[in-house]
Amino acid sequence: MSLQFVVDGLLTGSMIGLGAIGVTLTYSILRFSNFAHGDFMAWGTYATLAVVSAIGAMFGKVAPIGPLSFGWPLLVALVVGMAFTALLALLLDKVLFSRLRSQGQAIIVVMASFGASMALRSLLEFTFSSRPTYFSRAIQIAMPVGFGIRITPDQIALLLLTAVLVLGVHLLMTRTQTGRAMQALSQNAALARIVGIDVASVVRVTWIIGGALACVAGVMIGILVQIRPFMGFDMLLPMFAAAILGGIGSIPGAVLGGLIIGLAEAGAVQLIGAEWRAAVSFIILMAVLFVRPIGLFGVRER
Amino acid sequence: MDLLGYGAFFLTTALIFSLVTLGLNLQWGLTGLFNVGLAGFVAIGAYTSALLTTPDDAARLGGFGLPILVGWLGAMVVGGIAAALTGMATLRLKSDYLAITTFGVAVVVQLVALNAQKLTGGPFGIGFIPRPFGSLAETPLLFNLSNLAVVCAVTLVVFFALEHLSRSPWGRVLKALREDERAAISLGKSARFYRIQAFAVGGAIMALAGALQAHFTGFIAPDNYLPILTFQVWVMLIVGGSGSNLGAVIGSILVWGIWAGSGTLTSVLFAPEQQARAASLQIVAIGVMLCVILLIRPNGLFGDRLRRPRLGKRAKVATAKSSYGS
Repeated sequence: MSLQFVVDGLLTGSMIGLGAIGVTLTYSILRFSNFAHGDFMAWGTYATLAVVSAIGAMFGKVAPIGPLSFGWPLLVALVVGMAFTALLALLLDKVLFSRLRSQGQAIIVVMASFGASMALRSLLEFTFSSRPTYFSRAIQIAMPVGFGIRITPDQIALLLLTAVLVLGVHLLMTRTQTGRAMQALSQNAALARIVGIDVASVVRVTWIIGGALACVAGVMIGILVQIRPFMGFDMLLPMFAAAILGGIGSIPGAVLGGLIIGLAEAGAVQLIGAEWRAAVSFIILMAVLFVRPIGLFGVRER
Repeated sequence: MDLLGYGAFFLTTALIFSLVTLGLNLQWGLTGLFNVGLAGFVAIGAYTSALLTTPDDAARLGGFGLPILVGWLGAMVVGGIAAALTGMATLRLKSDYLAITTFGVAVVVQLVALNAQKLTGGPFGIGFIPRPFGSLAETPLLFNLSNLAVVCAVTLVVFFALEHLSRSPWGRVLKALREDERAAISLGKSARFYRIQAFAVGGAIMALAGALQAHFTGFIAPDNYLPILTFQVWVMLIVGGSGSNLGAVIGSILVWGIWAGSGTLTSVLFAPEQQARAASLQIVAIGVMLCVILLIRPNGLFGDRLRRPRLGKRAKVATAKSSYGS
């Protein structure tokens, strides 16, 4: 078995992990499994694609940065896409989730997110059709880095971007007042309110972080694989599995969980074939639920 | 005459959906168990029954050529066991975990249906599934009506069985668990055991519906059991009103009517090359409808009353959270 699966696994794992951060935050702070999270991913990617094409129409063809397959337009578009996805999440919360949350029935919110997921995805399909598209059709030459492993410049850049983002979110959660407020709310909502934490602003920050990271994960998929309306929905099970494996509420856990699942998937592709890939996250999920339902870094609920 | 035939065909499909909805109502409406992978259990039933009843096929495993009734029973047994296993793994945990796990079950069943060609025929599906009254296929009207009669009979049996069950001591325990878990447990009822039972029976009913559908159309393929099926059935239950068996049946007929009607409408209004896009718009409309009903009339048409959340961990969360909305 070639070691190439390590690189593939780390990349898939980064996408899963970035998405799982949003899932784990929504679960621990807003207390529901958001089935629409995958569709945030797809919407962010299509928004980024739209901005890239708009820039392309305005400035003509832009040379890519160094050996990468994309130039500055993608970077600008990614920032716009992240903002767009965060806004989309905030809007959906305002119109739908916050109203249902105020009725105090957690599972109704999950159901609504399931409905919203279907509607969002089909709206993408309606607008862009189900045909896959790409950011760039250029083929990159993978560089050998030893041990039979090859990696493309895009892949290196995306791994670095993931590391920076994860570090940033971790610092935000541990070093800033907002981050501490988020942790307090996830650990004990009632007590957090009593000490005067501004719940509404914490909820907003949760959606902004979750949405923006979902967009980055989606764009990564778009650069490395392809863009389809179903791209996010297919990531839903791996993201949930990563969040539960890492321990609900833990951001390092979500990222580590994502990497483990990514590596397991890539290994499974080599061992038993790509067609069974999607079953890997289910098997890991079931194993975690049976053996250690609080996950790797989870805390038992009080 | 054609209209009558179509009416029978329409009702047969709607009633098969209503069977799935009845199973879901037992799980969600009565017991409060959130199953978003019901397409998986429907598929398990369809494939089990197809394997048991189709004639021997060299390309596939099985094809046992057993009577249709054996196929249906087998479907219920396998569907029930699959649901019980899912329940055992997750029902001691928080309710959201059940949602995620059932979602995973549906994904895995879909994968098996698509890739285990020896068992399921893979993407080509399974054909030549024996149809009840297959000898009548020459006269479509008679064939449709007799199928409708069979499906009607099965639906009625399941309906009355469920009505009886929900009033029986067993059903009262389930409702008690849904409304006030701690009180029920303090009376000595094992919450987990009862929930697994309810989940298994619901899964068996869904599997039976899958089997009926398979024998009605005579052909099954993985594409019949996509997440969209789960979604449709949920909308049917919410529109009808969760908790009410009558609501489940009427909601199914109503929503299937809207679905089929808007399908016909789009096929009239849109050019053939636009049909795929129009179909996705149809899903958007139904999705928005689900959210709107949840917002303005969460009880649906026949739901009895506002449901209280499950007590225990959930309730603390819910009360703490009720102020989040602002």
